[in-house]
Amino acid sequence: MSYNSLVLVKQVPDTANISGEVMKPDGTVNRGMLPAIFNPEDKVALEMALQVRDQYGGTVRVITMGPPKASEMLRECLYMGADEAYLISDRKFAGADTLATSYVLAEAIKKIGDFDIVFAGRQAIDGDTAQVGPQTAEKLGLPQITYAEQVQKIEGKKITVKRKIDGGHEVVVGQLPLLITAIKDAATPRPFKAKRVMAYKNARTLMEIEKMAEANSLLYVDQLKEEYISKKLFIPTLTTDDLDVEIERCGLHGSPTKVHKVESVILGSSDHEKIEPTREGLAHLIDKLMEDHTFG
Amino acid sequence: MKKNHEVWVFIEQRGGKPADVSFELLSKGRKLAQTLKGTLKAVVIGHNMKDVAKETFRYGAQEVLLVDHPDLEFYNTLPYSRIMSELVDEHQPRIVLFGATFIGRDLAPRVASHTKSGLTADCTELKISDVTYLRKDYKDLLLQIRPAFGGNIVATIITPDNPVQMATVREGVMEMAPLDKPVNGTITEIPYTPNETDTLVQIIERYHEENKVNLKAAPIIVAGGYGMGSRENFQLLHELADVLGGEVAGSRAAVDAGFIDHNRQVGQTGVTVRPKLYIACGISGAIQHRAGMQEAKKIIAINTDPEAPIFDVCHYGIVGDATEVIPMLIDVYKHKLK
Repeated sequence: MSYNSLVLVKQVPDTANISGEVMKPDGTVNRGMLPAIFNPEDKVALEMALQVRDQYGGTVRVITMGPPKASEMLRECLYMGADEAYLISDRKFAGADTLATSYVLAEAIKKIGDFDIVFAGRQAIDGDTAQVGPQTAEKLGLPQITYAEQVQKIEGKKITVKRKIDGGHEVVVGQLPLLITAIKDAATPRPFKAKRVMAYKNARTLMEIEKMAEANSLLYVDQLKEEYISKKLFIPTLTTDDLDVEIERCGLHGSPTKVHKVESVILGSSDHEKIEPTREGLAHLIDKLMEDHTFG
Repeated sequence: MKKNHEVWVFIEQRGGKPADVSFELLSKGRKLAQTLKGTLKAVVIGHNMKDVAKETFRYGAQEVLLVDHPDLEFYNTLPYSRIMSELVDEHQPRIVLFGATFIGRDLAPRVASHTKSGLTADCTELKISDVTYLRKDYKDLLLQIRPAFGGNIVATIITPDNPVQMATVREGVMEMAPLDKPVNGTITEIPYTPNETDTLVQIIERYHEENKVNLKAAPIIVAGGYGMGSRENFQLLHELADVLGGEVAGSRAAVDAGFIDHNRQVGQTGVTVRPKLYIACGISGAIQHRAGMQEAKKIIAINTDPEAPIFDVCHYGIVGDATEVIPMLIDVYKHKLK
């Protein structure tokens, strides 16, 4: 029996490598300056899905909701081995919190359909919330297995998964279809295949095709799109027009949580005592800590 | 409609034992409920949970909503989230708090999604305040404060227009404050009606690795960051900790780099500690890390970069290479003891 997987992926700012120039003078982060990367645990989720396909057959399709720029990451998914990649993109989706994000993703999944397992990374490094996976599962009425470390086997409609829990592990058996979130240690993402890079480096989303048409004063976007579809280089792109979404549940508007205030964490100078990195300096420090009974 | 000012805390239990974080949240929830002039309620789900239910009175719970059934002995996403969602739907509490544990982070988003509530993960502070948002005035909103964006900013999140505000908080972030005299509260038993969907995922095996590391109880913590450079260099921290009678910990960057195990991570996504002495070695001091250690009584920072933010929260600052300073510190300390 073969199994079809959908993988939820996200392009994120590389928050681990924030340099000084990324900070604006007012202390906020200039998102545009940050390099965008493939969220690490989503990449692991894709690898897990590819391993299921390697073992049992079936398809692996990835879905991202994000700005047009996310097409870079979708091409990477194709290089790794995804059969197809979908971009969900619309200005009306911008500013979404996890609830509004999961709403749109769930609607996109309903539209795309034909799946046994939805994989997602446990969390994205820009927010670390780990909420979108479970919320998408809830919206689709699917069971969920979070913190998955390993898919042990799939038999018929039953999947056996080892997952992490507080202070240990458990092994669960779930009824397909369901949603799985993967943790970092679950798999090592495979490198890009050179042949696939050559094949898909020219894959384009609708927005990219529109841009191309505009730049070349071509009026026939539809024709250009057909050309890409026939060459199997079209990245299906879904907007509010293509999904059965209620606009008021999307984006900032559909988000119950709002950012009220953002403060930079530039600290004032502190009045700590400077200790010289010498034997004398350290002896003095130890004396002080013995005096106030921090030691002993 | 009467305004509802209930503050709820989900009481997490593993094998019938309540999690510390739940009592920490009750202690915080008590203060929030006082500000709101509302009531603090604990939601207890499990099997043979009467004693746990009573224990919540020691932390200020005025009422326990208890769902007790043999099928609910162990946490399982579908039945627990269904029960919790139904309770929230029915009672519409103003605030619901969960521990940001594996269980809390599995449960809370599902409940928030079902009830269309706002949910903020890993808050480091919770406060009640009046807020003006987009020129509209809101009374008594929950300010959900958390570091964001790799720790470069602190964001205050609000849920202005929804009836229920939800948040998760890591263990150790809020202080546990038992009352001298327990509240004379009530226990309301709520029947559990099994549903066929509750068993779609079944647990067939569980193994607990007893966490031998107890950072929270350690009087002295020697912590290393990415600046230590390697797992080998972390050996120096172990030596220092042995000499001083402390435990070794690490920042997230050190954990990610593989210098130290995850169960020794201090910070927003790790453990929050309040030791007598915290020695930060090669730790730059991102806010997520500081959130987990800045309440230590004494902090020593050792870093080559004099501009590192860790120096802003320390009591004693040493500008230098930790791999050179630590052996010297061990040696001088041993001489003092002679």
